[in-house]
Amino acid sequence: MEHSVETTIIVNGATVRRRIPARLHLIDFLREELGLTGSHVGCEHGVCGACTLRVDGRMVRGCLMLAVQADGKRVDTIEGLSDSGELAELQQAFHVRNALQCGFCTPGMLMAAHDLVRNKPEATREQIRAHMSGNYCRCTGYHAIIDAVETVLAAHRKGGMQT
Amino acid sequence: MKAPPFAYVRANSLPEIFELLATHGDGAKLLAGGQSLLASLNLRLSTPTVLIDITRVPGLSGIAVSRAQVRIGALTTHAEVEASPEIAAALPLLAQAAPHIAHAAIRNAGTFGGSIAMADPAAEWPACCVALDAAFVIESKTGSRKTSARKFFQGLYTTDLQPNEVLTAIEIPLPGPQYRSAFLELARRRGDYGIVGLAAIAKNINGTLSDVRLAFLGAGQTPMLARMAMAAVEGKHLSPPVIAASAQALAHDLDPSGDIYSTAVTKMHLARVLTGRALTALAA
Repeated sequence: MEHSVETTIIVNGATVRRRIPARLHLIDFLREELGLTGSHVGCEHGVCGACTLRVDGRMVRGCLMLAVQADGKRVDTIEGLSDSGELAELQQAFHVRNALQCGFCTPGMLMAAHDLVRNKPEATREQIRAHMSGNYCRCTGYHAIIDAVETVLAAHRKGGMQT
Repeated sequence: MKAPPFAYVRANSLPEIFELLATHGDGAKLLAGGQSLLASLNLRLSTPTVLIDITRVPGLSGIAVSRAQVRIGALTTHAEVEASPEIAAALPLLAQAAPHIAHAAIRNAGTFGGSIAMADPAAEWPACCVALDAAFVIESKTGSRKTSARKFFQGLYTTDLQPNEVLTAIEIPLPGPQYRSAFLELARRRGDYGIVGLAAIAKNINGTLSDVRLAFLGAGQTPMLARMAMAAVEGKHLSPPVIAASAQALAHDLDPSGDIYSTAVTKMHLARVLTGRALTALAA
């Protein structure tokens, strides 16, 4: 039985091929093997949302997926979405609305918010709250984060921002 | 924490799963969505020697609605159930329950069958399946069998599933057009572990309820079908005394245990509160 597996993952568009220990979480592979430390590790059991990633276009927890499970899949991290400019409006809105303080939760918050902007652009404030409920923030008290997401969604509806 | 060491193997077909289960026996665990399994590995609550990844086995996913039932493949994700217009139309109880299952990122990965096989007494799908009198399709090398949801859950994380078997689909009979359903859950944060929850369905004819089914989560070692509370409402026109009688009967039906957040007494109180709300919704 193999305790490590030859694995190919497309990380932010680049193909990475490594032999990966089976027990290694996707988030730890990205952070420790690839140096992509933008996504954070918080609770390690799916509660806090700091490790939120996108795998094959869907938002997932990086601590509840093994790196070997990502074989053949496309993984997008905060670095990839930030560099591509996809997150620019949200980053700007978070800055303007003071939606971060220490910044630990922010990469996960941006990933979760972006998922909403892409998939549920008509979301109400209540739906924003529900969607972001899986991400803990210990600084802001959440309202500023909801404000920032709401700002981007409202601007989109007016046609003022493009994704 | 990090998961303990284990081997990993990917199965590509059902026969391959059966072979691997036969080879590795009790040390093997099936890895589907992994949203409970990996958390329990990270917490070192479980130490399998090998994980058999079944997520790429074809044919185990998807929702099929026929005249009498809905069939949900075991690997169908919570998010797929949540987003399905067929489910919303045919089995509104599932659509009502889905948003309570953890958080969006977890619903994207976690699977319906995984939740059933895990048999967490605080999980949403097991309670829904008990309320809806679902059947589970279970396959092994020697063939296929079906078991009722009401017989499947035997204890805390304990089911009728044998070590050589795989849960492949969930079959849920369609309720008639006069049925109403309600799913209610109390949690400390939206999407967190439910303290107490209730999957409820009944036939409503001008406010008179029949074929009432109340299945609780977080109120015992398994999903709990509240037979006495159901009987207290059966065939009655809903009124405050009927609700009170049903809520009172829960003392015979439920067996919640206290935890660090809520005592057993609190949970019983919350179950009664949810009963009142659910019955009111069913009779509306």
